[in-house]
Amino acid sequence: MSTLMGDPGADGRFGEFGGRFIPETLVPACQELEKAFRSAWGDPEFRNELSSLLADYAGRPSPVTECHRLGEELGYRVLLKREDLNHTGSHKINNVLGQALLAKRMGKTRLIAETGAGQHGVATATAAALMGMECRVYMGEVDIERQELNVFRMKLLGSEVVPAMSGSRTLKDAVNEAMREWVATVEDSYYCLGSAMGPHPYPWMVRTFHEVIGIEAREQCQRLLDGGVPDVITACVGGGSNAIGIFSGFVDTDAELVGVEPAGGAAVGRKVPGVVHGSKSYLMQDEVGQVLEAESISAGLDYPGVGPEHAHLADIGRARYESVTDDEVVEAFQLLSRTEGIIPALECAHALAWMSRARDELAGKTVLMNLSGRGDKDVRQMMDVLGK
Amino acid sequence: MSEIGKFEASLRARRESGGKILVPYITGGLGDDWIETLHAVADAGADGIEIGIPFSDPVMDGPTIQEANDKALASGATPQSILSAIRESDIEVPLAVMTYYNIAFRAGDKRFATDLAEAGISGCILPDLPLEETGSWTEAADEAGVETILLAAPTAPDERLPLICERSRGFVYGIGLLGITGVRDSLAASAMDIAGRLKKVTDKPVLIGVGVGTPAQAVEVSTVSDGVVVGSAIVNRMLSGAGPDGVGELVSEFRAALDAG
Repeated sequence: MSTLMGDPGADGRFGEFGGRFIPETLVPACQELEKAFRSAWGDPEFRNELSSLLADYAGRPSPVTECHRLGEELGYRVLLKREDLNHTGSHKINNVLGQALLAKRMGKTRLIAETGAGQHGVATATAAALMGMECRVYMGEVDIERQELNVFRMKLLGSEVVPAMSGSRTLKDAVNEAMREWVATVEDSYYCLGSAMGPHPYPWMVRTFHEVIGIEAREQCQRLLDGGVPDVITACVGGGSNAIGIFSGFVDTDAELVGVEPAGGAAVGRKVPGVVHGSKSYLMQDEVGQVLEAESISAGLDYPGVGPEHAHLADIGRARYESVTDDEVVEAFQLLSRTEGIIPALECAHALAWMSRARDELAGKTVLMNLSGRGDKDVRQMMDVLGK
Repeated sequence: MSEIGKFEASLRARRESGGKILVPYITGGLGDDWIETLHAVADAGADGIEIGIPFSDPVMDGPTIQEANDKALASGATPQSILSAIRESDIEVPLAVMTYYNIAFRAGDKRFATDLAEAGISGCILPDLPLEETGSWTEAADEAGVETILLAAPTAPDERLPLICERSRGFVYGIGLLGITGVRDSLAASAMDIAGRLKKVTDKPVLIGVGVGTPAQAVEVSTVSDGVVVGSAIVNRMLSGAGPDGVGELVSEFRAALDAG
């Protein structure tokens, strides 16, 4: 790869990470997808159609909000990129509208997706409803229990939700089931992968569809900061799609890029490379290579791997990755709610938790955080956690 | 590695004698008696045996092999424990392991290839390592004298098949259907089709697996292919507690059906 966060080339490599480690049955489909994506992305008509959908349907651009009360409490300037205000309540819609349009262009009639917290599943179900496509979403049985609201939303939108009953019955297993289904239905189905992970071209394609976050934020910050850029850009990282989207807008600046993982799912934090779900990246695994189960209060970050481009950014030192505990996350969830009147998704509360812990280090700086989703889906779970 | 390896030699010998090739699959580390099962399968007339090294996330495998994997892992099976049991087993029939690439990658390509060779294993199948990603692994495997068996899928365009056949060692593993491993009621049309397409472009033994679950299905597809790989049907038998004799009986049924044509 020649330029940072550019085209990973035909072999889909970000440094030593990425690639296409998938069953042979899927190789032609990934090659076809790469070709179709390259052609679509170079086609002004496709780009215009996507831009219109993002504006008129999803509600882009999303604003950047300055958080005065939180800033006062933390001792530095806090800006939030408000992906929570998108239609369906998270950044996931950017990627899904792009992929669904691409699927239609490729003549596919059916979408398959995996989901953790349900945000990607809801976004995919939404796009399927909008474009008149069939949709099946795999979701871990454990996640179905803790995110029942999103399960109902997907069904309401006309999608089928299939529980993944194997392994840890969370996001990792939902990906396994979606891949197994894809192996069997590859001829008419399109796998709408929800994060910047998986086999080439997914990590690159998903990042590209989320670059809109970084592009908008860069311009919005320039206006707010008299042409400057924030000192720090931060976002939560599970697979890492929202983080890669906002990082892409600032990777060529001096801004520090900080990804925040859950302590129980800190793939980058442990820095052990591995291969699962189609790409080489950092992976939580035991000494012989069995993948470990992640453990996080947030279903969306409950994943033992991470997108390969994050592994590369960490490897070359362009981004750093911190991890936070569930307790810190619960604190941060309440902090933003109380100080700014914004209930964050538990996923985003991870970045906030780091911001709160690192307040001394960040004193006097300007920090832009990607608020990638709203917390309505988590309120029920938090009622139990907080005992109210 | 231009010379023919032990696995391929055994399969070619069967083909040259006019017979059809039978490669059963068993899950390594499944039950206390799996090594006895391995012997029973060998004695029942297998031309080669595939041994699964369980992986936590087997995306190419259906419910049967997933269950076998989970049970073996839960009982403490590791790649090392399986390989050392094989090393001590003294089986004459050539063996191949099937596992997922992370198991090899975590050990290190060279180390894993050497471990296989030292355990007396001739071949290796890594279903999530397609042609384009084989580089560092096949280099290590070739050097260690381990035959890397590649899979060919019904979805492959014509121009891709010769490339796969060229790089594959041991045999060419044709995937019988669009889907994951498991027994189906009938043989998919795609099984005959991929067998025919592969036979047209290679002289290497062509075996069809995935969705070949009964002796009748094995006979049917072997009218075109050189033989079959039978996995889930045999693992089902292992899971049902049939023991080495019960599994051996099933393999004998496949052997007899193939020999009768």
